[in-house]
Amino acid sequence: MAPKRTTASASREATPSSSSTTTIPTTPSRTVVSKGSQSPAQIAAGIWENYQDKTPQRTKLVDVFLAFLVVVGVLQFVYCVVAGNYPFNAFLSGFSATVGQFVLTASLRMQTNMENKADFVAVSHERAFADYVFGSLILHFFCVNFIN
Amino acid sequence: MSDSAIEPFLKGNTGRNTRGILRLSILCIIAAAAVASRLFSVIRFESIIHEFDPWFNFRATKYLVANGFYDFWDWFDDRTWHPLGRVTGGTLYPGLMVTSGAIYHALRALTIPVDIRNICVLLAPAFSGLTAFATYLFTNEMSTSPSAGLLAAIFMGIAPGYISRSVAGSYDNEAIAIFLLVFTFYLWIKALKLGSAMWGALCALFYGYMVSAWGGYVFITNLIPLHVFVLVCMGRFGPRLYVSYCTWFALGTLASMQIPFVGFLPIRSSEHMSALGVFGLLQLIGFVEFVRSGVPSKQFATLLRGFVLAVFAIAFGGLVLLTVSGVIAPWSGRFYSLWDTGYAKIHIPIIASVSEHQPTAWPAFFFDLNLLIWLFPAGVYLCFLTLDDEQVFVVVYAILASYFSGVMVRLMLTLTPIVCVAAALALSHLLDTYLTIKSPEEPAETELDAASNAAPAASKKAPKQDGLRSLRQPLIGIYTSFSKTSVVGALTAYLLLFVLHCTWVTSNAYSSPSVVLASRMPDGSQHIIDDYREAYQWLRQNTKEDAKIMSWWDYGYQIGGMADRPTLVDNNTWNNTHIATVGKAMSSREEVSYPIMRQHEVDYVLVVFGGLLGYSGDDINKFLWMVRIAEGIWPDEVKERNFFTPQGEYRVDEGATETMKNSLMYKMSYYNYNSLFPPGQCQDRVRGVKMPDQGPTLNTMDEAFTSENWIIRIYKVKDLDNVGRDHASAASFERGNNKKKSVKRRGPKVLRVD
Repeated sequence: MAPKRTTASASREATPSSSSTTTIPTTPSRTVVSKGSQSPAQIAAGIWENYQDKTPQRTKLVDVFLAFLVVVGVLQFVYCVVAGNYPFNAFLSGFSATVGQFVLTASLRMQTNMENKADFVAVSHERAFADYVFGSLILHFFCVNFIN
Repeated sequence: MSDSAIEPFLKGNTGRNTRGILRLSILCIIAAAAVASRLFSVIRFESIIHEFDPWFNFRATKYLVANGFYDFWDWFDDRTWHPLGRVTGGTLYPGLMVTSGAIYHALRALTIPVDIRNICVLLAPAFSGLTAFATYLFTNEMSTSPSAGLLAAIFMGIAPGYISRSVAGSYDNEAIAIFLLVFTFYLWIKALKLGSAMWGALCALFYGYMVSAWGGYVFITNLIPLHVFVLVCMGRFGPRLYVSYCTWFALGTLASMQIPFVGFLPIRSSEHMSALGVFGLLQLIGFVEFVRSGVPSKQFATLLRGFVLAVFAIAFGGLVLLTVSGVIAPWSGRFYSLWDTGYAKIHIPIIASVSEHQPTAWPAFFFDLNLLIWLFPAGVYLCFLTLDDEQVFVVVYAILASYFSGVMVRLMLTLTPIVCVAAALALSHLLDTYLTIKSPEEPAETELDAASNAAPAASKKAPKQDGLRSLRQPLIGIYTSFSKTSVVGALTAYLLLFVLHCTWVTSNAYSSPSVVLASRMPDGSQHIIDDYREAYQWLRQNTKEDAKIMSWWDYGYQIGGMADRPTLVDNNTWNNTHIATVGKAMSSREEVSYPIMRQHEVDYVLVVFGGLLGYSGDDINKFLWMVRIAEGIWPDEVKERNFFTPQGEYRVDEGATETMKNSLMYKMSYYNYNSLFPPGQCQDRVRGVKMPDQGPTLNTMDEAFTSENWIIRIYKVKDLDNVGRDHASAASFERGNNKKKSVKRRGPKVLRVD
């Protein structure tokens, strides 16, 4: 998924760190979408288009990782339902590793999102990434410890 | 002259540094005061572990230090709960022991030879100093006033509500847990304010530490989600909230599951479900917000809101269904008793029998918090004035903790921090208003300035909704030195009285080790009553290494810790049936008790008797609880009603019921007691009644030891008779009345025919 979008928005994403420029051109596209609110398919297509236009490249990468985590989590859960949860510790630590990683990544995504800049005065992007690594380290330490 | 000398230190950068140093030194002094006020018991008595539970913690710590961490983790203790044993490593909160073990090894590494007992005794005071510091940090997040944090710190340092569980020697889980509680809250507020994942992760780490230290961690588990939920309901959901809460929850839940005693509880029991529910709710809201940012259509947004509500309802219904069907454990008994104060008394007498689980009496609030309890509502009101996220936390905490502290005496401990914080907010607001030295010189305000003896006069003129805001304007305030000095003087007097009260309460009410009792001789000198240790030492020196001691569960930990002998039941109370067995043995006739004691291989029985000294916490006064607990398991064999006279009185004298007189506990307590007194003057000083001249007879036991003031009496259980007689006839043969023997022999024979 990621490579396709890379080509689509590569030109715009040359300077992702100063991505305040990227948010400005999105406003016209948003108004375009809001005009047509008829069928669900159109809405979905509108969301998708909007997303592709608006989102910086790095954030897309994060989103792919999030989608991957959701898939893994769903797989684990389905396995647990179908095949039983016998090593419950193992299932739990695997599942919570997925959920925890998802949440941490979502946090990273929020913190690096330019729209939320007013909320995170104290958190620069580098700081956000350092926090993310710190949280992930703790998370995986606990998971490994818990897995039995 | 001195003014000009000080001047450069109060301005600019140097001024900031000076204030920083002042602040630091004040905090150090506060910590020192907090430690010092907890040392009464060490100075008056000695460096000794107090009460009951600390003895177990002390024993576990010694085990940890002697055998290392892994052995401690896998510790199976066969010297308690004989013959069941207890998986101690998996059923305790190891935080306290690990902390003191770590301190011990650290000091050893620094070549400071220190006894582990002294570390254990002084751990609680040391951590109270840290608690004061944590409260300072926490309050500084709440208020911009520079004095609020310092006031909160000193309040926290000396408030009796906290001292009650943290005097030197009170080596209990609460000793470190309150520090962790306050510090976790501080980290939470910090994480929420900054929206930083790092602070959230730190909060989770300290939450994990808290889980390892105290069962009261559930308070945090519910308070933070409640705070978040309230914020969401106020429409304050934002990315900062999402980041801080989700980081905390994901890491904190995993951290809490590392403790074997907690294990899978965070996903199985109802107490933890609110945290999980709020976590799910935040995911949904986050997702909806994310989609909505892409689609600005109003209808779509309302549709999504409906979708969120539906999911929430479905999840709640699912939770109820799962609880009913038993997948998720229902609320544990202790939590039911939090909602319904009468619940424990009816269903789980063992919880109700603990004095610290009783509802709080009103005077206790004043006794434990004094002045602060008056300032508390004012502080909460001030939080309403600037209702930011962190002030909402104070309000939520205040409401929740007030309720819980009213339900259970020991939860006063969780109320104390927020009372200190709120009171400090109120007081610092007052002081800031009244202590501003400089008066404005604006010409326009001079007439107002002259007219305003006090702020109310000024604010009355102003329109109503403007009245409070005008107080904050620098031009309107209190400028006459009379009102300033009178108010500040009165406040200072109150604060000094508060310090006096705290010192008095600490020294009189909370500094008794309860293992060693103190009384005053007629000439005012102190007299130490040391019966407990005398008896435990006797057990240690005169009994076999594996002699099983039966006593009521209150004394289990002490026997294990001081006498180092196996016990049947102890303060862990994990097995109600086993405790009921002991209760049955104590409350039944000798003929019934003896087989029970044989089955459990009991060698000695220990009872606490305060009749001679007037020591009211003795076993006869606790006896009804033994009866009730035994009745819960054997309703046919033990009946509480039979221990009351037909008039409904609980009597131990001549008028006691037959069941009472024949019960093992009664016999053991009063055996030979009348020999102390001249005939006709035998008296029980606790119950204040005259005892019958003829004391009870004991057939199946021998008196082995009675302490100096008769507080502890130990009996040895007789072996089976050599010739095969039952004990009653053997004993009467010994006493030499043959007639009775022949009568009694017929009884068993008839039974055998049956």
